[in-house]
Amino acid sequence: MSQISLPDHAGPVETTWHWLYILICAFVFLFLIAPILVIIPLSFNAEPYFTFTKDMMSLKASAFSMRWYQDFMNKEIWQTAIGNSFFIAFFATILATVLGTFASLGLSRAEMPYKGLFMGLLISPMIVPVIITAAGIFFFYATVNDYFPLTGTYQGIILAHAVLGTPFVVITVTATLSGFDHSLTRAGAMLGADSTTVFFKIIMPLILPGVISGALFAFVTSFDEVVVVLFVASVEQQTIPRQMWAGIRESISPTILAVATILICISVMLLATVELLRRRSERLRGISPG
Amino acid sequence: MSELLTTVDGRPLKAALVKAERSKRIRAVLLVMPLFIFIFFSFLYPIALMLYRSVENPLIAQHMPATVAVLENWDGKEVPGEEAFAALAKDLVAARKSREIGKIATRLNFETPGLRSVITGTGRKAERWEPPFKEKFIKARSEWGKLETWVTIKRLSPTITSVNYLAAIDRKYDVKGNIVKIGSDYQIYVDLFMRTMWMSIVVTISCLVLGFPVSYMLASLPLRQSNLLMILVLLPFWTSLLVRTTSWIVLLQTQGVLNDLMVWIGLINDSQRIQLIFNAQGTVIAMTQILLPFMVLPLYSVMKTIPPSYLRAAESLGAHRFLAFWRVYVPNTLPGIGAGCLLVFILAIGYYITPALVGGQDGQMISNMIAFHMQKSLNWGLAAALGGILLGGVIILYWVYNKLVGIDRLKMG
Repeated sequence: MSQISLPDHAGPVETTWHWLYILICAFVFLFLIAPILVIIPLSFNAEPYFTFTKDMMSLKASAFSMRWYQDFMNKEIWQTAIGNSFFIAFFATILATVLGTFASLGLSRAEMPYKGLFMGLLISPMIVPVIITAAGIFFFYATVNDYFPLTGTYQGIILAHAVLGTPFVVITVTATLSGFDHSLTRAGAMLGADSTTVFFKIIMPLILPGVISGALFAFVTSFDEVVVVLFVASVEQQTIPRQMWAGIRESISPTILAVATILICISVMLLATVELLRRRSERLRGISPG
Repeated sequence: MSELLTTVDGRPLKAALVKAERSKRIRAVLLVMPLFIFIFFSFLYPIALMLYRSVENPLIAQHMPATVAVLENWDGKEVPGEEAFAALAKDLVAARKSREIGKIATRLNFETPGLRSVITGTGRKAERWEPPFKEKFIKARSEWGKLETWVTIKRLSPTITSVNYLAAIDRKYDVKGNIVKIGSDYQIYVDLFMRTMWMSIVVTISCLVLGFPVSYMLASLPLRQSNLLMILVLLPFWTSLLVRTTSWIVLLQTQGVLNDLMVWIGLINDSQRIQLIFNAQGTVIAMTQILLPFMVLPLYSVMKTIPPSYLRAAESLGAHRFLAFWRVYVPNTLPGIGAGCLLVFILAIGYYITPALVGGQDGQMISNMIAFHMQKSLNWGLAAALGGILLGGVIILYWVYNKLVGIDRLKMG
């Protein structure tokens, strides 16, 4: 029996209030999702407008076209950008996931000293305004450039993006480990497995869903990051967000809507993956699905 | 007296236990260390470097050494004598040769607007001048006969300075060395900090007002349905920030979807289209939608733990439905409200991308000013000082969040 449904004895005030409540919630859900959905049909607009034309409303086939997607496919600048984005996000994710997973294993141990302090520092890249991080990294790269080139290089952006991604890995993996049954590792050790075997055969399979979720968060963080790129990248490291940023600031070409639609599709896939992993993880750890 | 407990190989049990504990602790620390070292070098140290930028001031001491040395013993009461002008001439000529004069001019100009041309202009002439210098300098540019110019140079002589922080709160030193407000035409930063706070508060309250009913619905519906609705909350969370900002432009601009809709319904005339974006209000709308999931998720997870029987108990004891909700349910959600509001507020005050793209003139926030001084005006000291103040605020809020909620309870989806 849910609390949302109306009891039979409800009076007119309660009935009105009940429907008003449903209406408010519907409005909020619309507010959350409508801006995203509205982009999708508009990206198929045959005209270079950002609104629904009369022909589109009457569903004429001629009002729709794939021209903005073709534009996206044919423009070299977008193709370079998408390649760069994947390249940078891939390596930043690997770095963030490996470092973040090991740190989470340490942070989840009862013996870890100063746990709160370390946790606070390791999560802080997520909390500190990105403009401050970008400015700091800009100054830092400028001082070390003579020994190790970082400004305007791929390695510089990958390092910075890995920093921004690690908090997500730490959060998701420690969350997975919070329900971890430590008697399992002790049982493994008692049965004669050394710590490496215990790690790969017992711990890893159980925390893997959390690790993958964290990795996907780190990937999205890098894939969507524009401020650090604006501060330390050269023209060579053009990424999708930077190209979109430039496009929005100057004049929105409908090509941006096509790119946005593609990005939305990627988000949907990532969200679905993470949801499936979450359920699997909860099943593995014996928590009822929820 | 009981005998000492020992392990199989004869060591005292207590010592063996201490040793085992220590090695466990070391192993835990070793696991955390790689990430800590990484974060230290590529995050904490860079931020410390930025904070150092906000107080360091090597330029004048480095490139005007003679003048700085002479001014050290100057009392600052009246324009200094020939000795200081001779040192100035020497420094300016040397700076012109080493091509550093532009930097000096820019630095002094940040402090006292108008000094740029004074420095570059007299620097050019000083090469041909013979002593005595004082008269020639003052004749070339009257500013050299003003106390303020010399006080500015003296103030910027130390290698550590507080002028950036003063500038960041619209203050400066006057000729006598007192801290005073700058002219009202130049006061922008305090207002900007206030506006940033105000906009963040509006965004936080909007998120709470919109997020509370939705979280309540998600928490009280059966799992199957609430999971479906949860997707509507999580999808925006996973969608690129730039995509969401773009969609708000498409929706709200004067030739956009919402205005078209209102014209079509007949709510407004074609000529009365409303400017909904590229202003503060557009920024608040877009930021509310972008940050709403950060409110819903903590609220939802707290509401999920409140047993529905509480409400039923209150009702069976005679409370009206609404009263029961207000007096029993809402107080139980306070931890969630606190967590959500703090998180949204912390994220909002540092927002950069959305205000930059849809803020127009009056929707800019403090981060945008930091970016402006980093990239356009190149006044890095001031940018760092503004960043330092913002960072201080965020750290205090983060600390409060950690005390009240605990960072280990941060959840993503």
